[in-house]
Amino acid sequence: MAGLTLVERILSDRAGRTVRAGDVTIVPVDLAYVQDGTGPLTFRQMEQMKLTKVANPKRSITFIDHGAPAPRRELADDQVYLRQFTEKMGMVLSDVGGGVCHSVAFEWYVRPGDVVIGADSHTVMGGAMGAFASGMGSTDVAVALGLGKTWLRVPETMRFEVKGHFPKGVYSKDLILATIGEIKTDGATYMAMEWGGPAITAMPMTERMVLSNMAVEAGGKCGPIPSDAETKRYLEEHQRAAEWREVTPDSGAEYDATRDRDVSALEPMVAKPPQEDNVVPVTDPSVRGVKIHQVYVGSCTNARFEDLQVFCTLMKGEKVAKGTRLIVTPSSRESYIKTLKAGLFEVLLEAGASINSPGCAACPGVHGGVPGDGENVLSTTNRNYTGRMGNPLAFTYLASPATAAATAIYGEIADPREVA
Amino acid sequence: MGRAWKFGDNISTDLIAAGRFYHLRSNLPELAIHTLEDARADFAPNVKAGDFVVGGRNFGKGSSREHAPVVIKMCGTRAVLAKSFARIFYRNCINIGLPAVVVDTDQIDERDDLELDLLGGRIVDRTKGLTLTFPPLPPTMAAILDQGGLVAYIQKHGDLVVTP
Repeated sequence: MAGLTLVERILSDRAGRTVRAGDVTIVPVDLAYVQDGTGPLTFRQMEQMKLTKVANPKRSITFIDHGAPAPRRELADDQVYLRQFTEKMGMVLSDVGGGVCHSVAFEWYVRPGDVVIGADSHTVMGGAMGAFASGMGSTDVAVALGLGKTWLRVPETMRFEVKGHFPKGVYSKDLILATIGEIKTDGATYMAMEWGGPAITAMPMTERMVLSNMAVEAGGKCGPIPSDAETKRYLEEHQRAAEWREVTPDSGAEYDATRDRDVSALEPMVAKPPQEDNVVPVTDPSVRGVKIHQVYVGSCTNARFEDLQVFCTLMKGEKVAKGTRLIVTPSSRESYIKTLKAGLFEVLLEAGASINSPGCAACPGVHGGVPGDGENVLSTTNRNYTGRMGNPLAFTYLASPATAAATAIYGEIADPREVA
Repeated sequence: MGRAWKFGDNISTDLIAAGRFYHLRSNLPELAIHTLEDARADFAPNVKAGDFVVGGRNFGKGSSREHAPVVIKMCGTRAVLAKSFARIFYRNCINIGLPAVVVDTDQIDERDDLELDLLGGRIVDRTKGLTLTFPPLPPTMAAILDQGGLVAYIQKHGDLVVTP
């Protein structure tokens, strides 16, 4: 028998029997969560289904992050309902200012080997912990909360074997953008995108998270990465050492597809509107020099302390170009505090930045930096669809925090390798 | 029978239920007025009960918002047909009792009159005199859709039961 892929390993352990790609199985859910955009419908569906209890309240979380603090009365009222229901169920509440659901879940809740179900597509970020983490709709999550389990079809796996050393100015965001550009937005539909190899082993956790986060932008069901020494270090840093365990695919696992990457020659990449697979190097004439009205550093993808460190290293002593504005939203309270303590808010504010409290803010187009008609945004987020940032007549380019810094300095899309 | 409303490839959940209408998510009748507005502004005001949304590749890509298939269904749409679907959207459709059918939609044109035979696995294009076939849903999903969605399924069974 062939060995198990990482996702087959995790789901087999949780199902209590060996399952392989194509099998349909019920698995216990180790962590379930909703956010303020999907939570109200989830809770109404629970009421409809007469699911009057939550199976694992201490592992069930309501995040108020998308419209937080509430920009409108309707959303404030939704949040009243969420808080009341959450308290009634004895669930965990991460209220306004806590940060983006996936970021906070990753810091404090997701464990290696877990099955994580969230009512938000970027739940896949939990895969970087060596977990099975996948986004589902409100009704599926209502069942997961109420019954403590879900049904799944075990996905086939596309394995990415990555080697080489990232050149200066090039990051995991560039690797995932280049990958999506190659396999396209439906290239991994229904599949697990599993990452491994020496360049992944050497990669810090906060960079791995970007790869898992954007699995859904290629259609992926999950983006698992083996749990290893770096996973252990990350958990220790979060006072969660006891939660570490090694989770790896078997040698001889059977992959549906394997792709080899060498990052040594990788360049900074940019995804042009209106698709995440519309990807070119930053040096391409179709993007280089494009006027940018708003630079946005935010989201679960690329607004951790480490991202803001990269951004500020380039930005230090510089000013945002005239005619361009810079909006920064740290992804979580932890990242906000670390950024503050490192003195980086001073760098950002002196450069001319506007800083939001932790949350999703401008990324899903609810508030906190909606662009105007005809404006161009360069964003460290994950989606550049028409209307994504709240205005169907604006245009979003996706890139790394380093490319965002170079762009803020020049006021047009610029190459971070040419700054400092 | 209903008419075909054609859409292209990669119709995202942002095109179906845009972020700028986020505040309407607990007011679904109002949200439904804006269904697919950024893809085709003529759709929501003119769609009739029994009509079909006909997409290309990767229909429903993007977010997990179940509101996207919900508002399509609230418009009276009989089914969504596409060459392929994004996975969360597809699962959401079945969960809310909206048939999502994978067929070669290149053969269907705007305004064609269509008939869906879900159990028989057939779409009949009356305008063209053409029959398109599709494989049955996996048993677990068929069981959920048969009940009219996951809410009714759980109300009936009180639990998840996987059919292999």
